Amino acid sequence: MSVEKIPLTPYSKPSEGSAGPTGVWRIFKPVIDQSKCIHCLLCWLYCPEGTIRRVGDDRMKVEVDYQYCKGCGICANECPVKAIEMVLEE
Amino acid sequence: MAVGKVLTGNYAVAEAVRLSRAQVISAYPITPQTTIIERLARFVETGQLKAKFVRVESEHSAMAACIGASAAGARVFTATSSHGLLYMSEMVWWAGMGRYPMVMAVVTRAIAPPWSIWSEHNDALAHRDCGWIIYFAEDNQEALDYVIQAYRVTEDERVLQPVMVTLDAFILSHTYAPVFMPEQSDVDSYLPPPGSRKLPYRLDVDNPVTHGNLMYPDRLMEFRYQIQRAMNNAKQVIVEAGRKYGRISGRYYESLIETYKCSDANTAIISIGSSAGDAKDAVDFLRNEGYKIGFIKLRVIRPFPVEELREICSGMKVVGVVDRNVSYGLGGIIHGEVKTSLKGVKTTVQSFIAGLGGRDIRVEDFIQVGKTICEMADKGLEEQPPIWVNLKREVIP
Amino acid sequence: MVTVRDLPLEEYWLPGNASCPGCPASLGLRMLTKALGNRFILVVPACCSTIIQGPYPKTAANFPILNIAFAASAAAAAGVAGALEFQGKSDIPVVVWAGDGGTADIGIQALSGVAERGDNIIYICYDNEAYMNTGIQRSGATPYGAWTTTTWTGKKEFKKDVPMIMAAHNIPYVATACVSYPIDFVQKIQKASKMKGTKYIHLLAPCPPGWRFPSSKTIEVGRLAVQTGTWVLFEIEYGVFKLTGPSRALIDKSKRKPIREYLKLQDRFARMSDEDVEKLQKFIDSQWEHYKLLMETSKGMK
Repeated sequence: MSVEKIPLTPYSKPSEGSAGPTGVWRIFKPVIDQSKCIHCLLCWLYCPEGTIRRVGDDRMKVEVDYQYCKGCGICANECPVKAIEMVLEE
Repeated sequence: MAVGKVLTGNYAVAEAVRLSRAQVISAYPITPQTTIIERLARFVETGQLKAKFVRVESEHSAMAACIGASAAGARVFTATSSHGLLYMSEMVWWAGMGRYPMVMAVVTRAIAPPWSIWSEHNDALAHRDCGWIIYFAEDNQEALDYVIQAYRVTEDERVLQPVMVTLDAFILSHTYAPVFMPEQSDVDSYLPPPGSRKLPYRLDVDNPVTHGNLMYPDRLMEFRYQIQRAMNNAKQVIVEAGRKYGRISGRYYESLIETYKCSDANTAIISIGSSAGDAKDAVDFLRNEGYKIGFIKLRVIRPFPVEELREICSGMKVVGVVDRNVSYGLGGIIHGEVKTSLKGVKTTVQSFIAGLGGRDIRVEDFIQVGKTICEMADKGLEEQPPIWVNLKREVIP
Repeated sequence: MVTVRDLPLEEYWLPGNASCPGCPASLGLRMLTKALGNRFILVVPACCSTIIQGPYPKTAANFPILNIAFAASAAAAAGVAGALEFQGKSDIPVVVWAGDGGTADIGIQALSGVAERGDNIIYICYDNEAYMNTGIQRSGATPYGAWTTTTWTGKKEFKKDVPMIMAAHNIPYVATACVSYPIDFVQKIQKASKMKGTKYIHLLAPCPPGWRFPSSKTIEVGRLAVQTGTWVLFEIEYGVFKLTGPSRALIDKSKRKPIREYLKLQDRFARMSDEDVEKLQKFIDSQWEHYKLLMETSKGMK
């Protein structure tokens, strides 16, 4: 088993989840009602974590990356048509 | 062929920086360093040195700018003294712990209060723990030679630690003496091309890394170990750099120490910095009188020349360390370090404190020091409490 | 006219970082990368943003960061810019991302030096109005009346006006921004990146744990800061003062919401007396008079 060597000086490399799978921090999780969504992209814009992903051929559909979403609730608070609900995690 | 000029120690340092093709210079004036940066500013503004001069508003910012420039891969220089060094102290540590290659000249000067602009070593020695390699110049020639060698040492992949070259206030910084400068083409072949170093991991948009973020206890110690190992490697790198420098200058620096008339000596005076010249004169005088005495100059005090001292002192009965500094509450700093290095060697190490606040350490003073240690050797005396040389006891209440 | 859809999709400030839920600094950094992509070098002094990068061996930043000591960010950035200039890479912006502590207090000397010399950097202060990284102690940027752990009965002094201090240095670009208006922020960063010299942007960053509001309200709190006129969006380009975004209409006092609408959302203002609120309202009104004067009289340096 080879051991990973440290670099000569203290530097770090870019990585998702630098603080771990931060999804485990959540108490509430955002659930998007796609039928209500008007694709304004404000949830994507305001997410501090960048865990709202723009998907689909035209990248106008939004979905949540639950691995890292911290459940802050900004997306639900800002959605102009209240298409996002903060649901208690089991 | 080498060019000879009559230069002050400060101007010699400036010429060395010019020859070394420093790329980013950031410094703040402080007596007695000021003429280094004045000369460098003139070189830059007249096109003799192609460099970016950041005229910062404080020493703390000077060292911060040097770290930023070094992190981006540039060859960097700054200079300071005394309070300036203490003001930038946090950043001096940052450069050492972060392993940012650079060269800094420190004109050693007393610390206030009271205000004093004259020579004392506490300022530089207060930074002996932070991973900087530290050279002490005896004269203007060494000041120039060490700065050029320092660039080779700091950028060596086995080292990658910053280097401090010190010179004594006014005795060297402002005193004119003949100095020989190697040819630009010789220095160009001696040093790697400026800005060419890839390590350590320069800031680069094509290869993004984060310097210095948080590190938990499970890893930090291994990084510090690497620094200590680099300092040990540095001993060999310093000697190699000194030897190779001899080929372009005729002056070979092949050891971390310089020894003078030590081969059959049973006592020796040890000191650092400009007083070495006077000490050698005193040794000549005492030799004429029949004393078997020598002189050891420590060129480099970090990494500390432990092995070299053990070897040279092993035949000696008494050595006298003359400190131009005091670690208040313990004693002379170099004395303590020499004594620790000689553990197990049967040499008595006597401490002398001299020259604080720029008081002249005269040849007569060194003669007295020499006679004292020779008397101790003859009578088999143990180490005495530190002897304060040329102290006017009568005025102390 | 930049809209949401014009912003690039790539995320260079990576998720799963160590920031609190709802963190405005994390959002701000994300917006910085929307403005500049990944071709810039960031200098970060001791502040929350040091920690939110995450611990070694990982970092949330997919762009180079030089972490540096608290008081040193502006000077370190000047050093990086100097090296880049030497290497012919001046097209790569050097950006400082510093908190209000490292800008208004311990870092102000180095910042003033940089501005006076005109070193080619963009300095962004993300202002969460206290020393948040060490646990919510008051800073020079903490507003009047705010609770912090060193002002238990509310701060007795008014907020230090750093944008005006920077304007007094006659640098080519000074701007204010707010995380609640990210497009405005992105446009200001892009404008600054096309200019030579020292550019300064002061970003209001409402902090849920520090200002005592639920993490879902970060954008709402920032919006109310602007709508009440407590925080003013402006830019001073070559000495010409101009309000931007929603702040333009608020030159008319009747259009500003009363500041209580902003204060009531944040528990850090809960203990303020009516007298205190009056004092703060007067202070904000007098700032607006000053801005009116600047709009009328600033002739610019160009």
